[in-house]
Amino acid sequence: MRPLEYRRAEDPRRAVTAVAGRPGAMFLGAGTNLVDHLKLGVARPDLLVDVSHLPYDKIEPRPGGGLRIGAAVRNSDLAAHPLVRQHYPVLAQALLSGASPQLRNLATTAGNLLQRTRCPYFQDVTTPCNKREPGTGCSALEGYNREHAVLGASEHCVAVHPSDMAVALTVLDAEVRVLGSGGERTIPITELYRLPGDRPDRDTVLKHGDLITAVDLPGLPMAAHSAYRKVRERASYAFALVSVAAAVQVRDGAITDARVAFGGLAHKPWRAYRAEEALRGVRVSAAPGDTLAEATTAAPIAAGGAASTGENAGGTSTVEDLRAAADAELADARPLAHNAFKIPMARNTFVAVLRGLLREEGATR
Amino acid sequence: MDASIRLRVDGQWRTLDVDTRTTLLDALRERLGVTSPKKGCDHGQCGSCTVLLDGRRAVTCLALAVAHDGAEIVTAEGLADGEDLHPVQRAFLEQDGLQCGYCTPGQVCSAVGMLEEVKAGWPSQVTEDLAGPPELDDEEIRERMSGNLCRCGAYPNIVAAIRQGAR
Ligand SMILES: Cc1cc2nc3c(=O)[nH]c(=O)nc-3n(C[C@H](O)[C@H](O)[C@H](O)COP(=O)(O)OP(=O)(O)OC[C@H]3O[C@@H](n4cnc5c(N)ncnc54)[C@H](O)[C@@H]3O)c2cc1C
Ligand code: SF4
Ligand code: FES
Ligand code: FES
Repeated sequence: MRPLEYRRAEDPRRAVTAVAGRPGAMFLGAGTNLVDHLKLGVARPDLLVDVSHLPYDKIEPRPGGGLRIGAAVRNSDLAAHPLVRQHYPVLAQALLSGASPQLRNLATTAGNLLQRTRCPYFQDVTTPCNKREPGTGCSALEGYNREHAVLGASEHCVAVHPSDMAVALTVLDAEVRVLGSGGERTIPITELYRLPGDRPDRDTVLKHGDLITAVDLPGLPMAAHSAYRKVRERASYAFALVSVAAAVQVRDGAITDARVAFGGLAHKPWRAYRAEEALRGVRVSAAPGDTLAEATTAAPIAAGGAASTGENAGGTSTVEDLRAAADAELADARPLAHNAFKIPMARNTFVAVLRGLLREEGATR
Repeated sequence: MDASIRLRVDGQWRTLDVDTRTTLLDALRERLGVTSPKKGCDHGQCGSCTVLLDGRRAVTCLALAVAHDGAEIVTAEGLADGEDLHPVQRAFLEQDGLQCGYCTPGQVCSAVGMLEEVKAGWPSQVTEDLAGPPELDDEEIRERMSGNLCRCGAYPNIVAAIRQGAR
């Protein structure tokens, strides 16, 4: 590790100036990712500006509806907040599925958004990696790539974004508030993250010295019917292989609006616009014995699904329609040598989450 | 680069100079001789370095000591009042919630912090009703303690100990 200067920021603007003016400077949140990277040699800053003590530790309702989440709010406090649990269950569930309780008690909102990929080569400085050291090559492309991307990757990098919270925020159309040298601006979270292209070293569109100050959630009634589901190697304390965040709105027996995002599939949380389009208008069959009625959110969906009695206009069942919506999104998926399993896993998780939400909708109507 | 910091550790204010790169775990163990928090993985992956930091359970291996100047830290050692053990510690003994004991101080601190979170009504990943107060059944205990690994696999008795400690 290089010698390191540490400063506790007391003023946001001065913090921005301090980092923007020094190439080796970085902001420090709780350090649960950055301190790991210091130890591993992945990050080599010469100055840390600790922004975790700035007065960004509040969760406040916004005048026009929605919530403002301060950048320094801890993941555990956000997940436990009554308004989040009530109005944005997808966000509470995503947070609670991430890391461990004693990490969530530390981890900040901004740090969570800007945590870096868990690609093992990225974290191992003895191996080539374009994200860590541009131009050295991608070790995962022909190496161990079980956890890597199937959507939107490039020959330069096939890493996935690790944050669960960001997947939920993507489905909620959150906006990220940023203070930079040029003043304040707002970036929709769907535009915060980049695909790797030929610059995999850049995870986001942020510039050096840009400070995240808050995340804004819009008032979104349908978000009360939302859920997050994460599939991984063990039941807890592991990163996602695949995850799905979704919210739906049903009127008069049909889906009128749906929002879905995938985690674990791409270099950024993957908003599934095509699937959303396909979901609109899907009739929710509520006949007794219908597949929706018997679906349990915990059980994996058997290939082909159970026989359905409730048929939709095209003669298809709701579950078939859900599967078709997932397939519309996954049509462009390109697996690597070791991760083809992610495609059916993503489809099945999508169907399971939507089915669970539709069942809930049915139960509350 | 060095910095002078103050930490209140198990009830006692301590002043020390640390290199800015020193983690809270190393400051406790190597500089202050407080060795009940254990270094298992040093990467946030095992929970053996868990303490109560300003009243909440937290890992100490990924926290910089300078960033916690002025903090209040309670380790497993500080949970006991001399020979008088904390109810959760007593439960670990009575239920045989350990084998080698390496993970135990972290387990105990984590359990104490966890019971406070339950009291505050915090949900977990397995809580069915996000709105309601959680009920601490075995599934909840397992999920809420999933940040503490035990290489000896003493899990069944750890769950039993926490069940007892929660009463
Ligand atoms: C063992 C382990 C398991 C984990 N499992 C999961 C998991 O399953 N799911 C998941 O989502 N996450 C997981 N995590 C990651 C964890 O969520 C992140 O480490 C944490 O959210 C980062 O927050 P932090 O405050 O510690 O950020 P830091 O480590 O302090 O910072 C991370 C990055 O954000 C930058 N930064 C911090 N604050 C700001 C700001 N205000 N403005 C601009 N830049 C800023 C820093 O410069 C740094 O680049 C895991 C971590 C560990 C160690
Ligand atoms: S996938 Fe990306 S992060 Fe992983 S080795 Fe390749 S370039 Fe590096
Ligand atoms: S030593 Fe801190 S989590 Fe393993
Ligand atoms: S008792 Fe040995 S590691 Fe848990």
